[in-house]
Amino acid sequence: MEIVHVYTRARKEFGRQPKLSDNSAELCVDVAPNPAEKDYTVKRNPCDTGMYTGPDLSEHECNTETFETESRGMNHIEGGWPKDINPQEAEQVIRYRKKVEKDEGYITTVAHLGEMMEHCIKQNNAIDIYQRYFEESPITPSDDPPAAKTVNIFKDPSSTKRAVSSISWYPNEGHKIAVAYSVVEFQRWPKDMPFESYIWNVENPNKPELSLKPISPLVTLEYNPKDPHTLIGGCYNGQLLLFDTRKGSQFVDSTPIEKSHRDPIFSSLFLQSKTGTDCFTTSPDGYVYWWDIRKLGEPTEFMNIDPNKNGNLVGGTVLEYESTMPTKFMIGTEFGQIYSCNRKAKDPSDKIAVTFPGHHGPVSALTRNPFYPKFFLSVGDWTARVWCEDIKESSIMWTPYNTCPLSDCVWSPTRPGVFLTSRMDGYLDMWDLLFKQDDPTLSFNGGQEHFLGNPYILATVDIKY
Amino acid sequence: MSEVEETMRRIQSHPGVVGVIIVNAEGIPIRTTLDNSATTQYAALIQQLSSKARSAVRDIDPQNDLCFLRIRTLKHEIMVAPDKEYLLIVVQNPSET
Repeated sequence: MEIVHVYTRARKEFGRQPKLSDNSAELCVDVAPNPAEKDYTVKRNPCDTGMYTGPDLSEHECNTETFETESRGMNHIEGGWPKDINPQEAEQVIRYRKKVEKDEGYITTVAHLGEMMEHCIKQNNAIDIYQRYFEESPITPSDDPPAAKTVNIFKDPSSTKRAVSSISWYPNEGHKIAVAYSVVEFQRWPKDMPFESYIWNVENPNKPELSLKPISPLVTLEYNPKDPHTLIGGCYNGQLLLFDTRKGSQFVDSTPIEKSHRDPIFSSLFLQSKTGTDCFTTSPDGYVYWWDIRKLGEPTEFMNIDPNKNGNLVGGTVLEYESTMPTKFMIGTEFGQIYSCNRKAKDPSDKIAVTFPGHHGPVSALTRNPFYPKFFLSVGDWTARVWCEDIKESSIMWTPYNTCPLSDCVWSPTRPGVFLTSRMDGYLDMWDLLFKQDDPTLSFNGGQEHFLGNPYILATVDIKY
Repeated sequence: MSEVEETMRRIQSHPGVVGVIIVNAEGIPIRTTLDNSATTQYAALIQQLSSKARSAVRDIDPQNDLCFLRIRTLKHEIMVAPDKEYLLIVVQNPSET
């Protein structure tokens, strides 16, 4: 239904029609200034006025129409075929493919892409020159029989035949050896026997690099591991001498004869200390002395080798010291026993902690395994014996009795189960316990004439790889 | 023999190449040396991956574009050479060589 309302009014009630036109300005009113009014006012100075300098802001609100969004996914399993082709129908598919294959762009594109692809395929097939072959395969032991070769023979320059009683390698580098020559047999010195010992350069067997001139033949000679210029030499008369290679052949200091050993020093070793000047020595007189090479006036400490505590001293022949166990050391004796000692014991005679039965004769060498310091190797009579610190009754392993006495031994610094022994008849035996226990893996007759021709040989083995 | 045929054969002759597929921009396999189901799967998935890769590259730098896509997997390497209209997909087993 349409709603209509009619409203009527006469024209005369609207008023007149306005008529607008341009005309010039005309004055409507004129008010003249009144000077008298001025007297009622006063000038304001200074004048305070407040004003606002902030920007004008305004807030407006309006509603816009919401735009609704939604995430959708689509999975093309069959590819986006055109609408009129059904991918299930083989004929249509083949026809479509034929059509595409005729396309000029297709042919050029494929040719171009093929080139790129081929490059990558070739890259994958390229031979890797850094490839390591046979990485998985185990290392096969070499079939070569063990062998040793004499590199150099160092002959005592003096005409008298003397035995080498000690060899010491130059610390860390191993390009020099200090060799002590002496005759240790009692009252068997040949006439006019020279006393010199020598330092050899391993490359030059013709002439010793330096000769050391002691007061009595040196039986032991040791490089100071902390300061390779200094050496200590244990003399036949029991004194300990200090040599400095920078100061020439003469010794720089010596222990006073009344405070020294009363028998030849058979073993001298440097100890692990901050200053690197501590050493200790032993001798068949039955004492062990500790020295500080800065003041050799008297021993810093001493110990009498008196295992039964009845005053019967036992002569020491060899010392053993391992830097990882600073307070422990071992002594091998003339009677064959080996004593494990503790330096920190209160009474000097209480220092012997453990006794090992040892050998049938004097112990000539004693050395701890560099990998397992609990195990040590000793040489005496005709055998070399491997000991374990925990088993005091007997050695855990020993070599069969040789026909010839053994003189020295050393562990391999690279393989825990390998050691070398030297024999009085000039042979060097290499034992590999993992490989063979009843026979040496290698017997090597060093320098034949050199070893065999010397009746007083006390060959010393010291090796360095 | 057409140029396409020749290219395909040459690629296929390289050692270790398992299959070659040519796919158009819609994900439709045009040529293939693989069986039907594998082709369809490769075509659909790789086409999506390569367009995603291309959009990633172009999002980072609009001046840039995707040239090549190599997917090294435990068993294979899937190599994709994309173009505006077509994709060339090669599946290779490099360790076989």
